[in-house]
Amino acid sequence: MDDSRHWPLYEVFVRARGGLDHKHVGSLHAADERMAIEHARDLYTRRQEGVSIWVVPSKAITASDPGETESLFEPARDKIYRHPTFYDIPDEVKTL
Amino acid sequence: MYTQELDVRGADSPATADPGVLEQHFLARVDAEQKIEPKEWMPARYRSMLIRQISQHAHSEIVGMLPEGNWITRAPTLRRKAILIAKVQDEAGHGAYLYSAAETLGVSRDQLIDQLLSGKAKYSSIFNYPTTTWADVGAIGWLVDGAAIMNQIPLCRCSYGPYARAMVRICREESFHQRQGFDLMLHLARGTAEQKAMAQDALNRWWWPALMMFGPPDASSTHSGESQRWKIKRISNDELRQKFVDFTVPQAKFLGLTLPDPLLRWNETRQRHEFGPIDWNEFEQVLKGNGPCNAERLAARRAAHAAGAWVRDAASAHAEKQRLRAARQAA
Repeated sequence: MDDSRHWPLYEVFVRARGGLDHKHVGSLHAADERMAIEHARDLYTRRQEGVSIWVVPSKAITASDPGETESLFEPARDKIYRHPTFYDIPDEVKTL
Repeated sequence: MYTQELDVRGADSPATADPGVLEQHFLARVDAEQKIEPKEWMPARYRSMLIRQISQHAHSEIVGMLPEGNWITRAPTLRRKAILIAKVQDEAGHGAYLYSAAETLGVSRDQLIDQLLSGKAKYSSIFNYPTTTWADVGAIGWLVDGAAIMNQIPLCRCSYGPYARAMVRICREESFHQRQGFDLMLHLARGTAEQKAMAQDALNRWWWPALMMFGPPDASSTHSGESQRWKIKRISNDELRQKFVDFTVPQAKFLGLTLPDPLLRWNETRQRHEFGPIDWNEFEQVLKGNGPCNAERLAARRAAHAAGAWVRDAASAHAEKQRLRAARQAA
């Protein structure tokens, strides 16, 4: 029996340049975290796409339910007063 | 790529809704050019069609390493060897991105690999042709990867999110493949008479199989209707093939090589090239497993998989040992 059949799935996040956030780029299977990092390097940074990698077991991520998208995110839609552009500031008022 | 293993709370809620309503909602999202993501409701046929298409695509990338890998040890210069290794490594990467995308639809990596190794799965017919000379490496990059790009660019906009994202990444890398192939052909075409003849010979052998890569003519394509409705496939086989011919003819002319088609001509009124009939019988035969290299390709994949088993086992054993050691230290 091939043991690699039990290798878990990892989600891969790459920081493109210093100062930027790590961004999700994809996933891969690996025997452990160290192999996941090594594979992520070969798979997702062959052309200098990153300076740092995170790998996270896919199972460790809890996602919001697509069926609840509306109830989760709709309430923010009508709260436009949360944006600075909602407010008309007279031209004479500077640095605001 | 947001996979099946990812934990979603309350994921059972959509299943209780009316399937008719769900399908309407799904189609409305597709029509509005929104991306469908793994955990959303989708028609069973959409799911199975995507699994079939993405996994065939992944298998093609993996098997596609073989014809070119054949030439790594015999590349004429260190520069060409480094380029070829990088390209073959990219193909492995493309296979991995695509397997991940397929897995988001509920099929496991092991199932997919089993399907390939057992001979049950299909892959692109083009890789069942032999690479008999060094010029074939150029012809493959220029024509086969060129045809692949033509097919893949519209897929970057396909309705299924993980597939579309994998294709964006792949297309970015594929451009290097096509250019290095053209560059190789250009050097041969401008070289000695023998080198130019070698380039012409490779073009003669790869031209028609490259045209077959776009699949059967629209009139006899079985999956096109639903696939276009669901915005998986956006441009028809014949249309893509025509575009490929129109792009490639001037490139061949620049190389000073002749496309092996006596019926090829420019149609002034249609502003397109006309080309001769494709031998669909040959295509069917290769697809059925009777191509020149079908058996050889599968045997090579199986041998590589078996020969790598000890490496995978050692990695598993090492990971297990590390886990146990960490557990003991924590206790």
